[in-house]
Amino acid sequence: MELSLFANWFLAGLQTLLLITLAPLLLGWIRACKAMLHNHAPASLWQPYRDLRKFFRKEVVVADGASWLFRATPYIVLGTMILSAGVVPLVATDLPTAAIADVIVLTSFFALARFFSALAAMDTGTAFGGMGASREMMLSSLAEPAMLMAVFTLSMTASTTNLSSTIEYLLQHGLVLRPSFIFAALGLMMVAIAETGRIPIDNPSTHLELTMVHEAMILEYSGRHLGLIEWAHQIKLMVYGVLIANLFIPWGIATTLTPEALGIGVLAIIGKLMILGLVLAVYETTLAKLRLFRAPDYLSFAFLLSLLGMLSHVILEVG
Amino acid sequence: MSSYLLSIPVICALLSSVISLGAKQSARVARIGSFLLLGIGGMVAAYTGFYVLIEHQILTQDIMLGLPWMHWHLRLDMLSALFFIIIGVVSCAASLFGIGYTREFESTAYGFMPLGFFTGLFMAGMLGVLIADDALIFMISWEIMSLASYFLVTFQHTQAANRSAGFLYLLMAHLGGLAILLAFGILAGMGSGEFNFGFSFNEMRQHSNITPFWANLAVGLSLFGFGMKAGLVPAHAWLPEAHPVAPSHISALMSGVMLKVAIYGFMRVTFDLVSTLSLHWSWGVVLISIGGASALLGILYALMQNDLKRLLAYSSIENVGIIFISLGLCLLFHSQNSPALASLSMIAALYHILNHSIFKSLLFLSAGAVLHNTHERNLEQMGGLIRRVPYTAFFFLIGSLSIAALPPFNGFVSEWLTFQAALQTTGLQSGVLRTLIPFSAALLALTSALSATCFVKLYGTAFLGQPRSKHVKHAHEIDNGMRVAQGVLAFLCLLLGIFPTTVISILEVIPREFIGFELPNVSAEGWLWLTPISPGVASYSAPLVLLSIVTVWGLGYLLLHDPKKSRISPAWDCGFGGGTPRMQYTAAAFAMPIRRIFKPVWKVKEQIEEQKEITLHSKRIDYKLEISDRSWTTLYLPIAAVVNYCARTLGYIQTGNIRTYLSYSFFTLLFLLWLIT
Repeated sequence: MELSLFANWFLAGLQTLLLITLAPLLLGWIRACKAMLHNHAPASLWQPYRDLRKFFRKEVVVADGASWLFRATPYIVLGTMILSAGVVPLVATDLPTAAIADVIVLTSFFALARFFSALAAMDTGTAFGGMGASREMMLSSLAEPAMLMAVFTLSMTASTTNLSSTIEYLLQHGLVLRPSFIFAALGLMMVAIAETGRIPIDNPSTHLELTMVHEAMILEYSGRHLGLIEWAHQIKLMVYGVLIANLFIPWGIATTLTPEALGIGVLAIIGKLMILGLVLAVYETTLAKLRLFRAPDYLSFAFLLSLLGMLSHVILEVG
Repeated sequence: MSSYLLSIPVICALLSSVISLGAKQSARVARIGSFLLLGIGGMVAAYTGFYVLIEHQILTQDIMLGLPWMHWHLRLDMLSALFFIIIGVVSCAASLFGIGYTREFESTAYGFMPLGFFTGLFMAGMLGVLIADDALIFMISWEIMSLASYFLVTFQHTQAANRSAGFLYLLMAHLGGLAILLAFGILAGMGSGEFNFGFSFNEMRQHSNITPFWANLAVGLSLFGFGMKAGLVPAHAWLPEAHPVAPSHISALMSGVMLKVAIYGFMRVTFDLVSTLSLHWSWGVVLISIGGASALLGILYALMQNDLKRLLAYSSIENVGIIFISLGLCLLFHSQNSPALASLSMIAALYHILNHSIFKSLLFLSAGAVLHNTHERNLEQMGGLIRRVPYTAFFFLIGSLSIAALPPFNGFVSEWLTFQAALQTTGLQSGVLRTLIPFSAALLALTSALSATCFVKLYGTAFLGQPRSKHVKHAHEIDNGMRVAQGVLAFLCLLLGIFPTTVISILEVIPREFIGFELPNVSAEGWLWLTPISPGVASYSAPLVLLSIVTVWGLGYLLLHDPKKSRISPAWDCGFGGGTPRMQYTAAAFAMPIRRIFKPVWKVKEQIEEQKEITLHSKRIDYKLEISDRSWTTLYLPIAAVVNYCARTLGYIQTGNIRTYLSYSFFTLLFLLWLIT
């Protein structure tokens, strides 16, 4: 008993480690897909790792007048993201870390990281920092209720907010076509795109003053601080990807902790994430970035979809 | 012996107000003595509260005072014990802070005497409301509380704005007081037989034959009266006027504690004096709607404020709204026969009451420290305070994290509990309720996301960046007492966030007393895991969250931190050079996107005046932004106009002629005689 408890915690740690080490690879994959769609020769899949290595080696330049908050924020942001990585079932359900936090706590981990990033952005006293912080907080204020509404739909079906139990419930009940799930999945995807700073809300590959949101916040960061933040951001993208992949297409995830099941679990999640990455790349290629003040429409649409999901759950699926 | 514990805090508070009368003789002795007594009273109150909650022993006392046929009944049960603890803790912190904070008032024209005198009375009034076990003592204490706080609001009376805020406050307090009095009248009169009024709470509880109509009317009146005092929308407009103009430690007491005393009154009437089951189920929906509106409007209005203390006052409206959402859920679940969820919602409400009183007092005390230093309340003049007042800045950060409901601090726990209750609606019969309740949860999510935005704005403009004015640039750190007071409250914020299982296991007795059900599974997996319904449904482990964040932080710092590889240089200024503090984002600019999205909520007057030179370059741009509360124009001013009109119309009968008055008396007498015969 003691031994298996220890083994479970060990496996959970291993799963977290897997998620955070694979996160840059997912970004590399999305970039490669996008490059191919744009008819570019893609950069190596390992490019994000090389960037991170470069950041960690370089010197940090701190703006004068920045306080301790500015220096502490990258560590807090990464710490929070690793914690959320630990909570999400990647390869196997029923691991002990999943009980530390449910999906509501997961959302507030993101909120915590965002709170500190926004404060750090305002710490240096430049116009860019405040602009980025203001926009990021505005977008997330609208995205958070949409996200919670989408996951509430799922948790009302499974009558649990625990991610691991939700997935197990869905696996047990097999493939049932639930209209609420389709709405919730669409809503959650739109939120994920907004929250991870992708097109059409934010463009991760530009530093144009008028449009940038996330990049404006981290403009003053350099060296290992920037490396930590970039890595945290990649983990966030990965966590959202895993969340969508495992909540709406749960098949393949290991419910028992045998080597075969775990092996299948790893392969399954890699396959699912590759497909999701491709979808994201196609989506980003076909759309243009929205004007900042069109973003609320996008997010309220996401909220509406999630609300429809919940209404259809209440009306159609409960006796 | 222990029943004397009830009145000791009240006596301490009264003594403290007597001592401060001596401020003319020696201001210093009066100040220190009165705050010392308040602090002692607070400690005894907190101890008494803990004693009652942990030993499950209700304290009662009859004092042979008052009317000949009705002694003073005092009683401290589980519910009032929790509020006793809140008053005790907050007043300890406020007294510790006040000793240093009020020193500057000694030399001003206002003097310390009125401040100390009314602070003591105010505390005594609040404590009296809690220990009252009959309507008489309750109303007397309630009025003492209202009147004393009126004098505290108008303490700096030479400013006209303070006087008008005070008048508005007094007016609203009495309107509310009238409704509460009527509610007690109904409960006392309608339950028993005719003209056999039972004003003690014990008699009211035993009135089983009160009809549902009168019970509902009493609850409606008490919602009006107590809700007005608690700052519920739409009767909230007095709160952001009155709370900020009092001295900061009083603002902390008003927002942190007095609002809670109003909520206590409402809970006492609804859950204790009226049998909850005789209430119509729609009261839950009413409370959720009013609470939801208060939460959302409160935070949206808070977002638009640039006055530090006004912003905090509006955010109190938001938090009272959240508490009322939980109370509404509790009533709703109770009426639908799910006692487990009703207890969960009640615990969520009580937990949030506890949390809000701690973090809002902390924030008001920190705001007071800033005010003390810089004499500045306008956010647009602040900036960079984290370097000038590092301790205050750190404590304010903890307060902001707690109020923005971020883990692992305390605000998150109560919000999480509310979410958990709101998601368990599958057992309900009505489809409308099954939709409405999760929708209220989404509203709560929006509110908490907006409150994070609000406090990023507040913290970012006040404490971070570059100072925007000279006096803020030269701020200096405050004295130790004020620091310790904030430190204690900040530590409590963390403690209440990390050990929710312990807190809930203490709070559990309150729903057991009123709903008859306690949560069986809260600590089913041990103290480390909070599992409000069952371990399978949801779990949260705050200690592990804190541990992991600290571990990752520590590891990352150890592995990566290398002081040799860091350099300080000017911030990026786009290559133009010379970034000035004026180039920073302002508080108004920060909130602009929100203002644009939720436009209809406020009454916004925006004016841009541009003076152009011949070359079409702007010479000078004036920007004016006025944001006012819609409830003024749509509710308050029309009512005031109606009252004025009636008064003027009635004024016609006052001719000033004695013969007319005599004939009035004559005809009235005649009418009365006709009525009797």
